[in-house]
Amino acid sequence: MKLAYYPGCSLEGSGMEYGMSTERTAEVLGIELIELDDWNCCGATSGHSTDKLLSLALPARNLAIAEEAGLPMLAPCAACYSRHRVTEHTVKHDEKMRQTIAQIIDRDIQGTTETLSILDVLANHIGVDKIAEKVTRPLLGMKAVCYYGCLLVRPVEYTGFDDPEDPQTMDRVVKALGAEALDWAHKTECCGASLVTSRPEVGNRMLYEILRNAKEVGAECIVTACPLCGMNLDMRQGAVEKEFNTKFDLPVYYVTELVALAAGESRKAVGIDRHFVEAGRYLDEVAKRAEKIKAELEAKAQAKAESQKADGEKVDPEARQKKIDAMIKAFEKNPDKMAKRLIDDEERAAVLLEIISEDSKKAARLAELMVDNSEKASKAADAFVTAELKKRDK
Amino acid sequence: MAAWYKTGLIASKYSVSGKGLSIVEKAVKLIPACEEDKELLSRLEAEAGTNVNLCYQCGKCSAGCPAAFAMDYPPRQVIRLLQLDMVEQALKAESIWICASCETCSARCPRGVDIASLMDTLRREALRRGQITDKKVAAFNQAFLQGVKLFGRTYEAGLLLQHNLKTMQPFKDAQYGLPMMKRGKISVLPTRIKNRDQVQKIFAKTQQLGGE
Ligand code: SF4
Ligand code: SF4
Repeated sequence: MKLAYYPGCSLEGSGMEYGMSTERTAEVLGIELIELDDWNCCGATSGHSTDKLLSLALPARNLAIAEEAGLPMLAPCAACYSRHRVTEHTVKHDEKMRQTIAQIIDRDIQGTTETLSILDVLANHIGVDKIAEKVTRPLLGMKAVCYYGCLLVRPVEYTGFDDPEDPQTMDRVVKALGAEALDWAHKTECCGASLVTSRPEVGNRMLYEILRNAKEVGAECIVTACPLCGMNLDMRQGAVEKEFNTKFDLPVYYVTELVALAAGESRKAVGIDRHFVEAGRYLDEVAKRAEKIKAELEAKAQAKAESQKADGEKVDPEARQKKIDAMIKAFEKNPDKMAKRLIDDEERAAVLLEIISEDSKKAARLAELMVDNSEKASKAADAFVTAELKKRDK
Repeated sequence: MAAWYKTGLIASKYSVSGKGLSIVEKAVKLIPACEEDKELLSRLEAEAGTNVNLCYQCGKCSAGCPAAFAMDYPPRQVIRLLQLDMVEQALKAESIWICASCETCSARCPRGVDIASLMDTLRREALRRGQITDKKVAAFNQAFLQGVKLFGRTYEAGLLLQHNLKTMQPFKDAQYGLPMMKRGKISVLPTRIKNRDQVQKIFAKTQQLGGE
């Protein structure tokens, strides 16, 4: 798979571990990334809050360059992804606006590109089976919540690769790596975006709610696919803890960091040492757990294989059939004795005698059970009697 | 004896009794909208690509809005103001600057009202008029775009500094500056693209066209 790559400003700055790990992940999975030539900032929320035309024209320049390259474009940052999707959609569906935009950027633009999110690429284009194949260090024992935030899944008319209320693509990827992806309520809540800078009293409360819900469901880390969400939850977690007088200690990983790590990449190569909330210790803990779980799973598998082998030796189908035949004969010859063997209670044994004398199928079934497991045979006989008595009552 | 007196938008019914003058009833006086308000509203609706009269005031948007707790008018009430042609009030609401553009409201509205787009449109209109209730948010946006205009990319270090100076809180986010630098996450110098002139032209042309 070959893609034009639009890292966006954050992946070269505050979210650089997302950028590093995206490149590692691509390499591991055999995706060729070709960085878009001389790309510019998409304008992000500041753009569309200020000037609609500007908010369309800035991404349009990038899209025009991608069109020339003739490749679909990967935009891992959720905000960049959203802005480029909106522009693509507008160019495709609003001819007048397309012309205005083309005139502003002084380039031809047709809307033939498709901007892709990393989750769409991982879960739908590459597929979780292929990802699972690459896992050499499974994240067994990791308890994670997948945090999608706003713009990867909303508005659904522009995104559309996952459910806007209960998205699953990241959960599927994380599970393919061996980790546990817990259900929680704040999957698509907003992290406060730039409000944490401009209005920290509002932004921090939003962060607090997300961190608290993650903790409540028993998560030990958060996984994200947006540099703004990642930075807010990671860098500002300390400030939020202080403001709300609590402790979260939740490392925040980019989904690409986890894919690359599970596929054997080094921590340094994906930027684990650049996090604010210490992120290496939990990975050590997970590695330990993974060893243990793997050992347990192997032991179980071995025990199962052995017991199957033992069973195979014990039960020779021919010998079993002979025993069953003999037992059926015994039922025919001495039904009263067999009934007593199966049920202690005399009255109930008498009823059973009637049943097996009339119904040879039931007798045969009991004979078979007696060969395999006498306890089960008694239970079955008892059940036959109870059913018969009920029938008579009616 | 009771009589209605109008004070701005609130009409109060006073009554005089032995105890003196007391307010017995208060009601919002709905002044019929003037043509200008109506025109303004339809222009904003067109820009936002949505119709406020679709809204039946169920409140789902406010219920799901993660920032409603901090708003003076939660999203449903902003829509209500617009339905009543009270565009001025909506433009002055702090809500439009608190809105984080998370799109939850629009995704959930059972009537398909694009509330997030309206919030966006109201922000831009307030900006055009220089009627900015929350200067901090507007200053952040301006500083952000200034960097993009100059370099073609976001200038994160400059953004922190410039924004803080503008809002007179120079050291507010400074706590993060050094740790970011230590992690190699923020460089003092901006990254520039080759064809900065192309980006500058985009800014100039959109300004010429007066935005939308
Ligand atoms: S969710 Fe839609 S219909 Fe309900 S109050 Fe909000 S805008 Fe109106
Ligand atoms: S887009 Fe704005 S108004 Fe709508 S839910 Fe998000 S923060 Fe609230």
